[in-house]
Amino acid sequence: MIEANGLTKRYGERLAVDNLTFTVKPGQVTGFLGPNGAGKSTTMRLILGLDAPTSGAVTIDGRPFSKVAYPMREVGALLDAKAIHGGRSAYNHLLCLAQTNNLPKARVGEVLELVGLSEVAKKRSRGFSLGMGQRLGIAAALLGDPKLLMFDEPVNGLDPEGILWIRNLMKALAAEGRTVFVSSHLMSEMENTADHLIVIGRGRLVADCTVQEFIDQNSELTIRVRTPETQRLAALVTEKGAVAAPDGDDALRITRLGMTEIGDLAFDNQIRVHELSPIQASLEQAFMELTKDSVEYHAAVPGQPIGVHDRVPATQQEGR
Amino acid sequence: MTVNTSALGNLTALPPASGRAGFGGALRSEWTKIRSVRSTMWTLGSATVVTIGISVLGNWGRANHGDATTAQLAQEDLTQRTLFGIILGQLIMVVFGAMAITSEYSTGMVRTSLTAQPRRAPVFWAKLLVVSAVAFVVGEVISFVSFLISSSFWRAKGIDLTLSTPHAMQAVIGGGLYLAGSAILAFGLGAILRHTAGAITSGVGLLFVLTILVNFLPDSWQHHLDKWLPFNSGGQVWSTQHVPGTDLGAWTGFGVFMIYGVVAIALGGYIFRNRDA
Repeated sequence: MIEANGLTKRYGERLAVDNLTFTVKPGQVTGFLGPNGAGKSTTMRLILGLDAPTSGAVTIDGRPFSKVAYPMREVGALLDAKAIHGGRSAYNHLLCLAQTNNLPKARVGEVLELVGLSEVAKKRSRGFSLGMGQRLGIAAALLGDPKLLMFDEPVNGLDPEGILWIRNLMKALAAEGRTVFVSSHLMSEMENTADHLIVIGRGRLVADCTVQEFIDQNSELTIRVRTPETQRLAALVTEKGAVAAPDGDDALRITRLGMTEIGDLAFDNQIRVHELSPIQASLEQAFMELTKDSVEYHAAVPGQPIGVHDRVPATQQEGR
Repeated sequence: MTVNTSALGNLTALPPASGRAGFGGALRSEWTKIRSVRSTMWTLGSATVVTIGISVLGNWGRANHGDATTAQLAQEDLTQRTLFGIILGQLIMVVFGAMAITSEYSTGMVRTSLTAQPRRAPVFWAKLLVVSAVAFVVGEVISFVSFLISSSFWRAKGIDLTLSTPHAMQAVIGGGLYLAGSAILAFGLGAILRHTAGAITSGVGLLFVLTILVNFLPDSWQHHLDKWLPFNSGGQVWSTQHVPGTDLGAWTGFGVFMIYGVVAIALGGYIFRNRDA
């Protein structure tokens, strides 16, 4: 369990993490979501004690990380797959980590086997592909059989097989009762993996809820209605306070009115309805809606002024 | 590549833990780190070849082609001469000592290391101990081999120069100590600067360039300053002759040299522990 209390980190003028208070509970995957530059990596560095908070505190099972007897048995973290000495072999990299926590040597071979890197164990990691580097990082995180796992953007640059593998691994680890805390700037990734969400923007807490609550609270349900009499129906629902937009020639997209009310309204006015279906807003839309004011970099679209495309998150990698 | 998707199903359970992760584990880890990268072999290998090579060539040349008489040579500090490759060897030891810590920062490995062991003091001291021990052993080998080969040219010329020659043993052991001290100084600079090129440049600057620059100062200043410089003070420990007033004694000199190292280590250790990694 991670407990952050008023966690704040200032780098010179820039407030990277601003008074964050949250709890990450065991037995579920907690997604840590925010646009690039929102402070996700910094928060993770603060949890691990790599950076010292300007104010506030964060504990792991009630203690600061540096007070834990065997850190690798408590926390396995993959913050940056490139944070390794490329001149060292995969085996020696894991060995030197295992030795710090008095873990048995045999464990190194086992985790290499688990992540599928046994064949390249003696190879220097400099030549590894992004996916292999990511697997090596995960092997390191699993060395101490930790109760808590932390992954920063683990699917970045992975192929579909690798993404599926990490997704399943995280779910399986959580199912075993471990705490899994994973960051991403892609809502769609979390939609498939996370049970709980902590969303931040510009270092501030924006949401702390389950995935379903997040969708319910942050996106309006849209109803698609196919009818030959679009204009009449549009006028009727607008009277009731709904918003109707044409969706092709023979359909409407209606918000702010429930499906039942729309159906009853059509029946009462003898309007033929050929389709009545809910369109669930994706988590991605909800996320963009929520964080549009806190995106640090906006991508400019040629021919259009910056700001019109507020909802397009930048593609830059998060800097550290 | 096949992958196992069943979480940690195939792993053997870890033995129960007692105590806490500390200095012993850090020491084993740092030893694995230093022996598992090629830069260690390259730097220590070239320090060995360069120092011994220069010492041997220089002594062979002067013993066989010099025009000094035996009487003149007997007045010289020939023991120091057998070790004079150290002048270049120390610079390679600077590279070794600096890279042992700056490579953690240049590669980002330090973040992984400090996640495995967030208590920074044992990590720093274990790394320093491993680097010092390795530099000391290699330094002594370099120093002894340089002396043993180089002195044979002088014995062939009829000059009695062995480890039993007065102060020779001190100078030869001192040669290894000086090389280790150079690595320790550079390690401290590396911990302060966290940057390979910066640490090497400042190490070479302190040991080499500073010594040359002081020569441009007025004579009276030089006289007061010279003996306190790292190279001139440390150099006494691998010499058998010390000019009274101008030079410090062998061990006093080495003590002054080590003060530079201790200051760099103290500052570097403080920064390693307290600054964001």
